[in-house]
Amino acid sequence: MERIPILQMGEFLLVTIQVDMHDQLANTLQDDLTNKISTSGARGVLIDISSLEVVDSFIGRILGNIALMSRVLDAETVVVGMQPAVAITLVELGLSLPGVRTALNVDKGMTLLRRSLTSHGSEAGDGDPEE
Amino acid sequence: MATSRLPVILKQYESDLLTEWVKEMSASGGHRANLMRESELREQAAEFLRLLQAAAQTGQLESIQGSEWEPVREFLARISRSRGIQGFTPSETANFVFSLKGPLFARLRREVPSAEALVGELWTVSSLFDRMGLLTMETFQKAREEVINRQQREMMELSTPVVTLWDGVLALPLIGTLDSGRTQTVMEALLQKIVDTGSEVAIIDITGVPTVDTLTAQHLIKTITATRLMGADCIISGIRPQIAQTIVHLGVDLGDVATKSTLAGAFQLALQKAGLTVTKVRSAPGSGR
Amino acid sequence: METLRSELFGIRSSSDLVSVRQAVRQWAIELTMSLVDQTKIVTAASELARNTLDYGKGGQVRLELLHDGARKGLRLSFEDQGPGIPDIAQALKDGYTSGTGMGLGLGGAKRLSHDFEIVSRVGEGTRVTITRWK
Repeated sequence: MERIPILQMGEFLLVTIQVDMHDQLANTLQDDLTNKISTSGARGVLIDISSLEVVDSFIGRILGNIALMSRVLDAETVVVGMQPAVAITLVELGLSLPGVRTALNVDKGMTLLRRSLTSHGSEAGDGDPEE
Repeated sequence: MATSRLPVILKQYESDLLTEWVKEMSASGGHRANLMRESELREQAAEFLRLLQAAAQTGQLESIQGSEWEPVREFLARISRSRGIQGFTPSETANFVFSLKGPLFARLRREVPSAEALVGELWTVSSLFDRMGLLTMETFQKAREEVINRQQREMMELSTPVVTLWDGVLALPLIGTLDSGRTQTVMEALLQKIVDTGSEVAIIDITGVPTVDTLTAQHLIKTITATRLMGADCIISGIRPQIAQTIVHLGVDLGDVATKSTLAGAFQLALQKAGLTVTKVRSAPGSGR
Repeated sequence: METLRSELFGIRSSSDLVSVRQAVRQWAIELTMSLVDQTKIVTAASELARNTLDYGKGGQVRLELLHDGARKGLRLSFEDQGPGIPDIAQALKDGYTSGTGMGLGLGGAKRLSHDFEIVSRVGEGTRVTITRWK
């Protein structure tokens, strides 16, 4: 069965979604990530969607679920690289992905994760760089 | 059905028809001497006659949609476009076609012996020319629409400049009303600039937005949400007291987006968020500044 | 108005959802739609196809390339013989967090399209048609 690879980088996990996922693949990713966070004790998850050309309500829900589940497991999730066309479409669709933090790219996403880990609090903002 | 004498006439009297036709155009005012030289007009007329002749030879005179008439259609579309650009009215361009009827009918009257046959001929030729004339008008209209659409797009782009105030800080001064079409353009421009510059703060200044009603507020919120999804933050500036009142009155919920009354205030906040600060340069002793 | 091209796709499994998205993307590209416009119609198609599968118990979608005077458009007609929608107005209003049914599917697809039409009868099925013009 094909699955999306999850890379471990220190205490962070990096997932790069490059294909138009069919439902099975997306659900498998959700399960795999939850397991990996648990077994690796990772504190942060970076999901790179810069190659994703379509994000519909299903994928939106998956991303939301991943963010929720990782928080329960004491990890933060940041979704990075959303394409402008996708952002505009999501907004029109009525999806704002509450609870999902975002950053422009992997680099900034890492910075965001590191900052949130050192400040240790739970933050509600979406991609809001807190001092 | 009897075959029309049109192809034969066009072939036999080509040069005469050309001369008479050009004369007719200059006389009836269908030719604007200030817009087109007579030699150019003659060239256009000659080419049209040639193409018309070739198409008529096929014997298909009922419709101009087929492949036999494609060269004629292309020619008419071309001159309709160019004449539109040159400043001819659509009627003047259509008259280019219609004014050939005169010389042709004169010839037909001479060549066709019976009155009944003549009536049939005149009808065929007239319908044919009507169709061609209408084609020029349609092309003219389409070309005009393209120009209008292009100008509209350019206007929209001009009125949504996204400015880089500092590293990672963008400013988007909105001027005028924010309707749904404009909102699309604004979002596209802003988001693309965010990607291009890697900016994390976008200041949307609404000093130039006259009124904020529920719809405008919704559009603004859409833009803010889209920016957030990309991983950047918005600051709304230029909120006049009346706008602030309207927003509260309408029960618009801007969420937790930061708002400032002035662009300067917003810029200060943006720098703060970016972890930057402005310090005064200590003047060196004896520099006289 | 004339239909320049038409093609039918079955929606019976979740892999069909991927095929439909790809087909719609292809047609939208051929129509030279902007990237944002492409994304909008592909996303709308994804939502409606998913509805057809999950709620309508499977069905089909017809893609049509339209020519209407000066403009060209892409029309998608989703049809199923499922349970039908009892309260269409309510379904169009449904929020993302609504438990049963289509969530954002219908309302979202409507907002992402230029033209939107829905016909549904309880016990007979549903047909949703969206069009995006170039």
